[in-house]
Amino acid sequence: MRRLVFCALLALLAATACRPSRAIHPPTPGAPEITLATTTSLENSGLLAALLPDFEAETGIRVHVIAVGTGQALRLGQDGNADVLFVHDPAQEEAFMQAGHGARREAVMYSDFLLVGPAEDPAGVRGLSSAAQALAQIAEKRAPFISRGDASGTHAKELALWQAAGITPSGDWYLSAGQGMGAVLTIANEKKAYTLTDRATYLARRAQGLELVPLVEGDPALFNPYSVIAVNPAKGAHIRADLANRFIEWLISPATQEKIGRFGVQEFGQGVFTPAHKP
Amino acid sequence: MSISKGEHGTVRESLIQALHLILKADPALAEIVALTFRVSGIALLISAAVGIPLGAALGLRRFAGRRLLVSLLYTGMGFPPVVIGLIVYLLLSHNGPLGQWEAPFIPRLFTPSAMILAQTIISLPLVAGFTMAAVMGVDPLLRQQVLALGATQGQAVKAILSEARTGVIIALIAGFGSIISEVGAVMLVGGNIEHRTRVLTTAIVLETSKGNFELAMALGIILLGLSFLVNVALVYLQGRAIRE
Repeated sequence: MRRLVFCALLALLAATACRPSRAIHPPTPGAPEITLATTTSLENSGLLAALLPDFEAETGIRVHVIAVGTGQALRLGQDGNADVLFVHDPAQEEAFMQAGHGARREAVMYSDFLLVGPAEDPAGVRGLSSAAQALAQIAEKRAPFISRGDASGTHAKELALWQAAGITPSGDWYLSAGQGMGAVLTIANEKKAYTLTDRATYLARRAQGLELVPLVEGDPALFNPYSVIAVNPAKGAHIRADLANRFIEWLISPATQEKIGRFGVQEFGQGVFTPAHKP
Repeated sequence: MSISKGEHGTVRESLIQALHLILKADPALAEIVALTFRVSGIALLISAAVGIPLGAALGLRRFAGRRLLVSLLYTGMGFPPVVIGLIVYLLLSHNGPLGQWEAPFIPRLFTPSAMILAQTIISLPLVAGFTMAAVMGVDPLLRQQVLALGATQGQAVKAILSEARTGVIIALIAGFGSIISEVGAVMLVGGNIEHRTRVLTTAIVLETSKGNFELAMALGIILLGLSFLVNVALVYLQGRAIRE
């Protein structure tokens, strides 16, 4: 009997180990595939799920998505562990290109950041036109603020705004969460705190019952440009520069750009991204 | 993720959703569960194949450097999995010491093989450490008796392991528990790629970050249930071992 249970366990293991699952096993060598390192905001907003199946159907190229912060995505590119990057931190991207890690960089679209917080708005920042001024007021009132603290594009934008406000945020009101946008919105919601968020993630989470409200928006400083970068093929023969280029061409083609502009209209009543290459 | 999600609600809702996912044999879920068991199962097999002999040797033999090796083993038993993930990432990275060879037997980053490597390193010290403790708990006279009866050294070790099998099974349970529930390392070296390297724990992190708490909880309940079933089977083996 003991032997039987042992054999059953072993058989189960063997069955899962040897299951000829197309989906899980790495595709046969030579089958076209690229690794796309991108930000959690694009994965969580659902944009990639809306776009990528079309690309895979049109070109037969499989895209493996690794959704991390912009900082980690750029590092994956720098290490030669991804073929193409889809990120949003212009300063880090320029440094990346200047260091020779990238072969080609194209603007894809814009989104914008929102300063969100509890409806009671204890720091009284609602409707301010300057995000930096709003942050200065939050710091002055020592109202709770949750920072991403993860070197993501959103975190970089937040730090730039603090710098513009001439403040180094510190104190028990300023919490660095070190997590993704979704998790930070959850924390801010629970703690009735302010935070900086991208519009896409915020709209998706609001549809699920998030109570935070947008307080400051429309400031040009809250501009959030997304770029696509082909990793420099000099990093090794494994970098699929040709496929990365096809992906970039497809992403900035009029048809895809139009689709990006339409994304979110049906679900949230407003577009989330503005195409950078107007058709 | 394409796992179908239900309405918002409470832990009860999560339980209902978990049952729902299981009963309709959600294909996305089946794929994730199969990969979870494949990765952790193979890692545990390798850990057992290396760790049980290693633990037995450390428990039975006295040799130079044994104390150092045991100290290293104990440290490994409490090492943060995410640091092991980081080490495996740096090793396998295309500009890393192993990754730049591009030899076929070296796992590539963001594949199940890379995840198996990381989980093997996590579970090996646990399997070896607990096996060593179990073997050391066996009456030392047993070995002398078996040898006196004319057994070879190999047969004696086999007899001791057989005597210590309750502890050896605990070693396997501890090793399995440490990797089936681990998330930091597999997230880093696997990348949580849909249809390729997404396992239960990374799917839970993803759904949590998306705010789908009920779906995340449902996946957690499924992980708990599957882990429970495996442990029931192992404890059953242990029970038989005690009775015999």
